[in-house]
Amino acid sequence: MSLLEVNDLRVSFARRNAWFRSRSADFVAVDGVSLAVAPDEIVGLVGESGSGKTTVARAIVGLVRPGSGAVLLDGVPLGPVGRRTTAQQRAAQMVFQDPRSSLSPRMTVTAIINEAWRTHPESAPPGDRTAALHRLLDDVGLDASVARHRADELSGGQCQRVSIARALAVRPRLLVCDEAVSALDVSVQAQILRLLVDLRERHHLAMLFISHDLGVVHQIADRIAVMRRGVVVEEGRTTDVLGAPRHEYTRSLLDAALELSTTDAQDRSGN
Amino acid sequence: MSRTRTPAEGAASPVPADATTGDPLLEVDGLVVDLPVAGGSVRVVDRVTFDIPPATTVGLIGESGSGKTMTANAVIGLLPNGAETGGELHWQGEDLLRASPARRRRLRGHEIAMIFQDPLAALNPTQTIGRQVGEILRRAGRPRADVRLRVLELLERAGIPEPAARMRSYPHEFSGGLRQRAMIALALAGSPALLLADEPTTALDVTVQARILRLLRSIQQDQGLAMLLVSHDLRVVAHVAHQVVVMYAGRVAERGPTTAVLARPAHPYTRALVESVPAVRTRTALAHPLPGTPATPANRPPGCAFHPRCPLAQDQCRTEEPEPRPVAPGRWAACHFAEELLQR
Repeated sequence: MSLLEVNDLRVSFARRNAWFRSRSADFVAVDGVSLAVAPDEIVGLVGESGSGKTTVARAIVGLVRPGSGAVLLDGVPLGPVGRRTTAQQRAAQMVFQDPRSSLSPRMTVTAIINEAWRTHPESAPPGDRTAALHRLLDDVGLDASVARHRADELSGGQCQRVSIARALAVRPRLLVCDEAVSALDVSVQAQILRLLVDLRERHHLAMLFISHDLGVVHQIADRIAVMRRGVVVEEGRTTDVLGAPRHEYTRSLLDAALELSTTDAQDRSGN
Repeated sequence: MSRTRTPAEGAASPVPADATTGDPLLEVDGLVVDLPVAGGSVRVVDRVTFDIPPATTVGLIGESGSGKTMTANAVIGLLPNGAETGGELHWQGEDLLRASPARRRRLRGHEIAMIFQDPLAALNPTQTIGRQVGEILRRAGRPRADVRLRVLELLERAGIPEPAARMRSYPHEFSGGLRQRAMIALALAGSPALLLADEPTTALDVTVQARILRLLRSIQQDQGLAMLLVSHDLRVVAHVAHQVVVMYAGRVAERGPTTAVLARPAHPYTRALVESVPAVRTRTALAHPLPGTPATPANRPPGCAFHPRCPLAQDQCRTEEPEPRPVAPGRWAACHFAEELLQR
């Protein structure tokens, strides 16, 4: 059975006319999206800006209210975040794009992790917190000495490791990574991708990995869903979708994607 | 539609090597930039040397803190207040570091034009696109009667559809891709000899990025422009640059023809960069990620700045800083073991 299921999800936002204060038609960001993530599985969600990928992610963790459709965890429908049981809240954790703005710059790493444990006391380790903190940091490839540093003293890659540690602290079953490596230097990006793959093995984590970068998704996802204008246009095993795309839009994304091994950028998909 | 791809042999030939030879337009020789910080200064650009021949695109690549943007800012003369420069910077033989501010202003936008990552910040939100392009033409002394025609020509050259209608639009009415095209039209208005593009496609979606890169290439080729392309993305540089300069912690790690450098790097950092680029059609990039984070000029390790992350580092690398030296025809590298790397 799927760990996470998204059924015919629709999300729209009110669009107000600033001049006349009248309400015009709603903007439909997600228009009937269905997805499933099995335990231990990494599903890539790709698409260009405005395709609705982030709105799907926010609906999964309960940050936006769907107009219709459902988000199910172990087959149980989830409400908005305030109506979720603590176990449901812990189960799906999000990692954001910009680690510098998703961590409070003045808080130490210790304080950031302790806050997660305070929010979900049942996930807090019994006994020696310090030892547990060090194990957690070690798990994401950080030295124990990082614990007393403030977030603004860390590099981008270290911050993203702390964000991942904060998500792992409450022992989730699903990580929703929204462009989690997009803001990182390319040499650091490879490390974080490697880390996510290792964590999946070690903790039997499932992941919904959202990215605009087909190359990055190919390195990590078992299956991939391609979104355009609020709908999933193609979905399947990563090797199938990127090796033999069936939808024209997927093909145009692949044609536009740059490879180091491409000899000729000329042409491609008309102007 | 024909598409040619070579098998992934590390990297492959990006651009036809039609670079003309001759006296370089721009010569950067031992360029140094010191920025003031609390209680001293930091050398963010350290003895950087390369040149840009006419009608050639040079890609300046590096990660955060590599000094690539400061190098470009020094070329255009837009360094932050209090920055100290050293070394040599020659534009068609003219000493730019010692040129008057008035002379540098005249160069900017005319002989050397620029486009930036965020066109919305660079365009004037209160003026139509046509007016902004026209202003540059009027300032360059073009007769009023010609201006409108030339504006239409430039917008069309930049690939803006229906230029006659679009010239009356404001920047906020344009999509990201169109704004970057407007920026390109604006840059071309001064008939520059060198176009400096700092992360021109970083904020764009992939399909739009591909079109803008294609446009930059065709403009560069048709008009025989020289271009300095600053990017963190090796794929972008591989697509448009004839020559590449790889920077690390404020210094040049390696430079040479793009095809040769990417196919057979002479510096372990370049090799690691090439290996870190996630391939779209294969699964490759996770095998051996480089450890650590990029060194910054403020925290430069002794010896070779790359040694703490380098798989080939020896004792010598920890104490002795390698100078860039010729390692093959047209190629320079700052690594004690460059020759051995090239022979692998």
